[in-house]
Amino acid sequence: MVTVSPEASTTGRRDAQDARSSRRRRLLGQNPLGLLLSTPYLIFIGVVFAYPMIFAVWMSLHDYFFSAPGADVEREFVGLDNFVAVATDPAVWRSFLNVGVFLVINVPLTVVLSMLLAAALNKAVHARVFLRVSFYVPYVSASVALVAIWLFLFSGPGLVNQILGPLAPSPSWLINPFLAMPVIALFVTWKGMGFYILLYLAALQNVPKELYESASTDGAGAVRTFFSVTVPGVRPATLLVLLLATITGANLFTEPYLLTNGGGPNGASTSPVLLMYQKGLEQGNPDVAAAIGVILVILVLTIALIQRRLVGGDES
Amino acid sequence: MQRRMIAAAFVAAGALTLTACGGGGGGGGEGDLEARGDITIWYSNNAAEIAWGQQMVDAWNADHPDEQVKAQEIPAGNSSEEVIAAAITAGNAPCLIFNTAPAAVPQFQKAGGLVSLSSFEDGDAYIEERSAGNAAQYASADGEFYQMPWKSNPVMIFYNKAMFTAAGLDPEAPALSTYDEFLETSRTLTESGAAPYAIYPAPSSEFYQSWFDYYPLYGAETGGTLLVEDGEATFDSAAGETVAEFWATMYEEGLSGQEPYQGDSFVDGNSAMTIAGPWAIDYFGETVDWGTVPVPTSAGTAPEETYTFGDAKNIGLFTACKAKGTAWDVLKFATSEEQDGQLLNITGQMPLRQDLTGTYPDFFAANPAHEQFGDQAGRVVEVPNVANSIEVWQTFRDGYSRSVIFGEVDIPTFLSDTAAAVDALVSKG
Repeated sequence: MVTVSPEASTTGRRDAQDARSSRRRRLLGQNPLGLLLSTPYLIFIGVVFAYPMIFAVWMSLHDYFFSAPGADVEREFVGLDNFVAVATDPAVWRSFLNVGVFLVINVPLTVVLSMLLAAALNKAVHARVFLRVSFYVPYVSASVALVAIWLFLFSGPGLVNQILGPLAPSPSWLINPFLAMPVIALFVTWKGMGFYILLYLAALQNVPKELYESASTDGAGAVRTFFSVTVPGVRPATLLVLLLATITGANLFTEPYLLTNGGGPNGASTSPVLLMYQKGLEQGNPDVAAAIGVILVILVLTIALIQRRLVGGDES
Repeated sequence: MQRRMIAAAFVAAGALTLTACGGGGGGGGEGDLEARGDITIWYSNNAAEIAWGQQMVDAWNADHPDEQVKAQEIPAGNSSEEVIAAAITAGNAPCLIFNTAPAAVPQFQKAGGLVSLSSFEDGDAYIEERSAGNAAQYASADGEFYQMPWKSNPVMIFYNKAMFTAAGLDPEAPALSTYDEFLETSRTLTESGAAPYAIYPAPSSEFYQSWFDYYPLYGAETGGTLLVEDGEATFDSAAGETVAEFWATMYEEGLSGQEPYQGDSFVDGNSAMTIAGPWAIDYFGETVDWGTVPVPTSAGTAPEETYTFGDAKNIGLFTACKAKGTAWDVLKFATSEEQDGQLLNITGQMPLRQDLTGTYPDFFAANPAHEQFGDQAGRVVEVPNVANSIEVWQTFRDGYSRSVIFGEVDIPTFLSDTAAAVDALVSKG
């Protein structure tokens, strides 16, 4: 008579249970509840970001135009024709050049100024709240309202030209093909400063006080301390500011649209996104607009990768 | 594990997208032209047209209890064309939209959003009877009408009488009919200090800005030629060059400004003249003591023979409509002689009906300021009804800005390059 020993059957059950739970763990991970809780956001990302992204790539490869739901329209596959059309359009090249000029002025200025201002704000004792508020107010103000003020300042008969008198540039700032984009870059830098100062302020709190103390013990002056302790200490924030400034800068639309009404003198302040708006929404060529968009995404990703390599260091 | 999940997510998103893209077939809905029932309409969102729209809807609803019309203002958006395009794509466009820009009609037609009015039995007859000579330029390339010509705002030169007097010019009969006279008058106005600028059309690059500087003068100079006719650009010609040279001179000599003016240049006293339509009569009101003359031509043309830009707004009947029969009847009602008269009375805009001054003598007797517009409405050029029309105008404006406004490219090159580009766009379809 063979009887199954209790230990053997218990071990057998435990082995089966172990097998089942390790399979579940392989499928669902250590915390299945985490999957459940993150599903809503994943669905949101899928619907709002992933689906349009893939649809845009699909659009750029077809002769696509918007149509009524019941309409019988042909949308044939045209391969890279839209990309060729984009690459041979001088207006598109000009817009990428403009956004390049914009980034070259905006991003370094943003990083340097917000780091300096955050460091100064950190040390400030008097009027700290007032200073913080006044830096942050432009960031939360609507572009449309601020643009009105900048137009008042920088238009032909504006305040800046009146102060400069004979030194005023001719043609005036916003209709000057060489000055229009820099003025926009200055405006956007000033407007976004509050947010990046906030990022740096947070990062500065994490720089250990002992480092400052040992630096001053070793006889380092303010400037030396800044470059040797503060700057390396906020490196993660610098990477973040670089990435954010580049991504938002590359997607520039509002300011060229508002400040220079649809592209400035001769397309001197057109941005790629403005072109996408014109071609995709006004002229009914969303396929060409999608092609510009895809090129823009690839360019921004490349720049972001380079920045991460250079500044990011060992952190992922 | 993580990589597998990411890959799975991508595949899922891709599959979702491709299944959605695959659609697009399915029948039109053209067959049910007889359907009846309640309909929805959109009208413009300015006060005068809202007033007209409401009284029209009330008049119809009183007599048609079974076919009620629900009306609302066109939803706010950056431009009404974008709102309408979005509505077509979403499939929820109303039956009628009383603010369809002719320039956008080719795009809406391509998207399958518009019903051909010629497919109604009395469609062509009704349109041609009402608008006569003006009707043809609203037909599409296939000869059918995808829009009902409704109203126009023919543009003329408004001038500030006070500024003219201050400059020592005759405010009742100003010398503005030939280009030479116009330029001379402009120089006098600015040099005397009476006005900072002579005339200030918007120098910005939106595709529609050419409709208010180059195109009215081009229509006048050529006696009614459209920008594109028979599939070809017409402006690479002596007349096209003359008009371009005129504006280039205005910009070169500082008689018009190169920088967009924030506000209304004429009302603010920044310029002595402006180009506007009869809608401006109420808008300027008492603020400016104004007079009007037709747009100039190089050699001078009699006012009763001068053409100009019509700035028409038309009515579209959209495929999303469930009760097309009712919609067509409402359309005919809204453009009847009585309702056109109401439009004239309430908004001061010109219905695209033949012989306005003869049909509504009382209105024009009571409003002499409108009379010349009523007369001018018989001689207008419209934006050409061609494929890719908005892109055509944007291409033209970009070249015009570079060459005429900023003087960076010489005019013959601008005209020939742009004409070639326009020909390519129109034939692309």
